[in-house]
Amino acid sequence: MCLKKIVSCAAVLFTLTDISAQKDSSIFRRESPDTVFMNKDAVYNRPFIRAGKMPLAIGGYVEANTIYSATDGVSEGFSFQMRRFTLFCSSTITKKIKFLSELEFEDGTKEINLEFAALDVEFHPLLNFRGGVIMNPIGAFNQNHDGPRWDFVDRPLSATTIIPSTWSNPGFGFHGRYYGGAWTFAYEAYLTNGFDESIIENTEGRTWLPATKVNRERFEENHSGKPLLTGKMAVRQRKVGELGLSYMGGVYNRRMEDGLMIDSTDRRVDIFAADMNLNLWKGANLLAEGTFAMIDVPAGYSSQFGKKQYGFFADITQRIMQKPVLGWEKATLLAACRLEYVDYNLGTFTETGGNIGDEIWAVTPSLAFRPAGQTVLRMNYKYASARDLLGNPPAKTGTILFGIASYF
Amino acid sequence: MRTIILLLLTSGILAVSCEKILPALPADEDVLDGPVEGLTAEQQRRFLDGDIAFANEFSPQTGLGPIFVNTSCISCHAGDGKGHPFTTLTRYGQADSTGNTYLLAGGPQLQHRAIPGHSPELLPAGAPFSKFLPPANTGLGFLAALTDAQLLANADPNDANGDGISGVPNYINPPGFFVPQSFHQSLNGRYIGRFGRKAGAIDLLQQTVGAYKQDIGVTSEFDPNDPINYAVSSQPLDNIPDPEVSTADVRNVVFYLRTLKAPVQRNTSDADVAEGKQLFVNIGCAKCHIPEWTTPASDIAALGNKTFYPYTDLLLHDMGPGLDDGYTEGKALSSEWRTTPLWGLGLSKNSQGGEYFLMHDGRAKTIREAILLHGGEGQGSRDQFNGMSETEKLKLEKFLESL
Repeated sequence: MCLKKIVSCAAVLFTLTDISAQKDSSIFRRESPDTVFMNKDAVYNRPFIRAGKMPLAIGGYVEANTIYSATDGVSEGFSFQMRRFTLFCSSTITKKIKFLSELEFEDGTKEINLEFAALDVEFHPLLNFRGGVIMNPIGAFNQNHDGPRWDFVDRPLSATTIIPSTWSNPGFGFHGRYYGGAWTFAYEAYLTNGFDESIIENTEGRTWLPATKVNRERFEENHSGKPLLTGKMAVRQRKVGELGLSYMGGVYNRRMEDGLMIDSTDRRVDIFAADMNLNLWKGANLLAEGTFAMIDVPAGYSSQFGKKQYGFFADITQRIMQKPVLGWEKATLLAACRLEYVDYNLGTFTETGGNIGDEIWAVTPSLAFRPAGQTVLRMNYKYASARDLLGNPPAKTGTILFGIASYF
Repeated sequence: MRTIILLLLTSGILAVSCEKILPALPADEDVLDGPVEGLTAEQQRRFLDGDIAFANEFSPQTGLGPIFVNTSCISCHAGDGKGHPFTTLTRYGQADSTGNTYLLAGGPQLQHRAIPGHSPELLPAGAPFSKFLPPANTGLGFLAALTDAQLLANADPNDANGDGISGVPNYINPPGFFVPQSFHQSLNGRYIGRFGRKAGAIDLLQQTVGAYKQDIGVTSEFDPNDPINYAVSSQPLDNIPDPEVSTADVRNVVFYLRTLKAPVQRNTSDADVAEGKQLFVNIGCAKCHIPEWTTPASDIAALGNKTFYPYTDLLLHDMGPGLDDGYTEGKALSSEWRTTPLWGLGLSKNSQGGEYFLMHDGRAKTIREAILLHGGEGQGSRDQFNGMSETEKLKLEKFLESL
């Protein structure tokens, strides 16, 4: 039995090693993503390599960049960054049962995250059961975050600091899709583990939803004991594009422990998001996402911790050129621009009636060159203006980024 | 080939132009933060360590609270400037020079915020109190370097010269960790306070340790007890081991405060500013807001034998009933306030959310309003200001804005 296992493992290892060496042979097939897909399908809609008739397919992506940035004339100098190395592994167990996992190494091995590991069981195209570690379908970016898909090195502020992308949790739920001519309608609804008190008890000194991601216990135990509900509806028109509305909400504090009441009330976090991915004109695309979060902060705590947060990003991309270049058959040059804003504390000071600051505006022009569809070289200049809590004159930061990202 | 050359050229140009297209360093005179000139590399490293500790945001897990006012040093002193009404401190419990009678009821400072699961402190009914806006930090090392003898040279407790202005030092009982320097002079075990609205702190270590505890609820080796909400318990209810901030961090913050640069006056060549300064002197403002001082030799060479312009005498003056909140510290009367240094005044808005909040509690929204709130020993100067033409008033205000 033990020998069998060793032989099997060796065979798998040999097969995996061989894939890269023989990727163009007839034995190994590269499966390209669908040409039309919705945000909800982003996890499966990636290039995979499959060996023969094996049910297992693997893939991944890599993202690296250079960065030079200065805030009000002060720079920390020039750095190289290895932002992400991600491995996917999918398996078609039967025609209607699939498994997919995504393991991500961020900043080298500084963070290792299991971002997705879920089974999908199809009962009907409108009714699929999904269970495991899932990406909560809030906004568009959280599920559709792969670096090679984007023409910007940095991820959007609102999608990473209000919605804490990549935000995934263990949970169960359903998703489905309905086709009707040029229209497609899709939904997702899951119950998962959720946030904890760190969203207001953190060293950022502000309400900071990403602080929860540090808590690895959430993959084993739901801190509040009450599930987080995430739901999304999206509609896509083939020529126009996709529009999505989503919600995520639940209790984040622990009220009872060992049968004792340790907090007097359930405190909730509720996030609403709207996203769109529109075809504007020939070669032009608009991808935007807006987010609004409401957080129940205890009354005696400092209003430094925002009860409401708001943010958006809008990416406009224009294809400038698509033609054979330097041996690449369908090389594409794109110009893009991202406009983004986040307000981490929407409200006014009770002491003065003045607006609370804690906000960032940023604009990022980008030039992206895609020698092939799955690989992108991108040059960005990001200009950000950040006001502190009191709304003092903003700190201005300029960042020059050059990066490469590719599926493999 | 042409494409490759073009790509290489573009990359080269972008690499070379990096620093040209990034936001520029603001002029030294336009910001309050930054080190004094002349620090050694070792001192600059320590300044940086202090800067980092000063900006450190505390959380309940790292020692914040359980009751507190703010979460970090920088929250009260954005850009090392004055505070905002949001960060105002409420001091209470002492009505006269006999001492604070509310120390076992939560005094001398109200912590009106609490970490989740804890109750904020409420002001005890009937307690005398006053609200203090956090002052600017800049140039504190120069003020700390002055000798007591220099301060006493301007004291005139009995108004011997008959100019209506006295100027008295506030003698403070030192905390146990206070180590007197050669320039300190003791009077019955008390020492001259020079920091804080009432000159309640003798040196920057006392000021820093007090702020960690009273403002952030953070304990240190120097004061290992958390603030207590006596309405809930007579014991601190904090699960974080003490001290919550290291001695190194406390000392680095003190070093940082000592070595922050002095504010740089702007528009000095403007004729109106020069005239405004003369008017400032003519109507007697400079009797308390003494413009120029020179430090003696210092253990930090960059602070020694330097002439600087803080516009203060660091002494207490009776400011009249309008500014008498009924609360005091040390030996000061409740109507007495330490002369606030005016340097950096024109840049105050940049740390106060874009508008002025002046005087000890931020009640004045303009410089003129602040001048007009001067009573007591400042009454004479105020009256003379009122007697000036509008043009002269504007010149005086322009001078003050240039500081």
